[in-house]
Amino acid sequence: MDVERTLRVGPKNDAGGLAKNHLNDRKSFINVFFGKIIMLDDTDRRLLRHLQAHPEMTVSDLADVTGIAPATCYKRLDRLHDSGVIRATRAVINWAALGYAVEVSLRITLDKTQPRAFDEFLAAARDIAEVTEIQTFLGRVDTRLSVLARDMGHYQEIYRTRILSLPHIADIEALMNVATIKDAESLPI
Amino acid sequence: MIELDDTDRALLRALVADATQKSSTLGRRLGLSQPATWRRIRRLTETGVIAGRRLDLDAEKLGFGVTVFLGVKLATKGRVSLEDFERAVTAIPEVQSVQHVLGLYDYRLRVTARDLADFERVLRRRIMTLPGVGNVEANVLLSEERRPGPIG
Repeated sequence: MDVERTLRVGPKNDAGGLAKNHLNDRKSFINVFFGKIIMLDDTDRRLLRHLQAHPEMTVSDLADVTGIAPATCYKRLDRLHDSGVIRATRAVINWAALGYAVEVSLRITLDKTQPRAFDEFLAAARDIAEVTEIQTFLGRVDTRLSVLARDMGHYQEIYRTRILSLPHIADIEALMNVATIKDAESLPI
Repeated sequence: MIELDDTDRALLRALVADATQKSSTLGRRLGLSQPATWRRIRRLTETGVIAGRRLDLDAEKLGFGVTVFLGVKLATKGRVSLEDFERAVTAIPEVQSVQHVLGLYDYRLRVTARDLADFERVLRRRIMTLPGVGNVEANVLLSEERRPGPIG
């Protein structure tokens, strides 16, 4: 509570009139921008936790489950969208249902003596249709590609003709996905 | 396994961007009637191509500034069951994804934390104490992009 009160000082000074409503409505969303971090109250967190676990829930179901009034739910969710906390609700594709049975994680070390190695590698990797994720790291490997294939023969073909011809590769390690145990990618709010 | 035409692929791309769009809105964009759009979405859902929905949150705005990928090798294979490890690791709230893999490591974990100090706490107290955990390699995520994949 102390922390929340201290943080409210920011917009009170900046936003003048708006801050009065803010102070009156003690339950209101604490839309204080503290650096890039957006402070949430318990109601926001409760909504996000439920929505994270059940993204298909309608707002009225969400109101029922959380015991938060529907109007409040709408208002809070709008604010969470507007402030960019909620980026989107996305459909999840099951690639196996489309015949992509093989998923390989390629961990790649680049030749860093080439100043443009990262940029040129990433640009070329984006052109491979079977690549679903591109990540860069600070650590033992520089970058990782998630690659889908219909079967091992198809993977072999992608690997030989498309992956190995990517620029500036110094080393590649492959991890083949056997089973996905958890993939909700939810945040511990 | 089902065959997709270009319209299905466009529909999937649109739903991956925003699954909450109405079929009438989607239909207008793709030049389809509302019922035709609805039928296609139903087919994609019933055949399991659309597996569900995911809430995409801005982790940084919520105070989770660090994402680390861990490669975990089990130390005592055979003595510790994979089920025990999997049950314990999936119960850790900071562990966002767990993949059983073949290769240099046995498991690949995606871990989120508020900052590096918070990550160290998760690593020491939660990860390193998992049953059977052996060698662990950490790579800190710098950038990430999701591609449309074969429906692009």
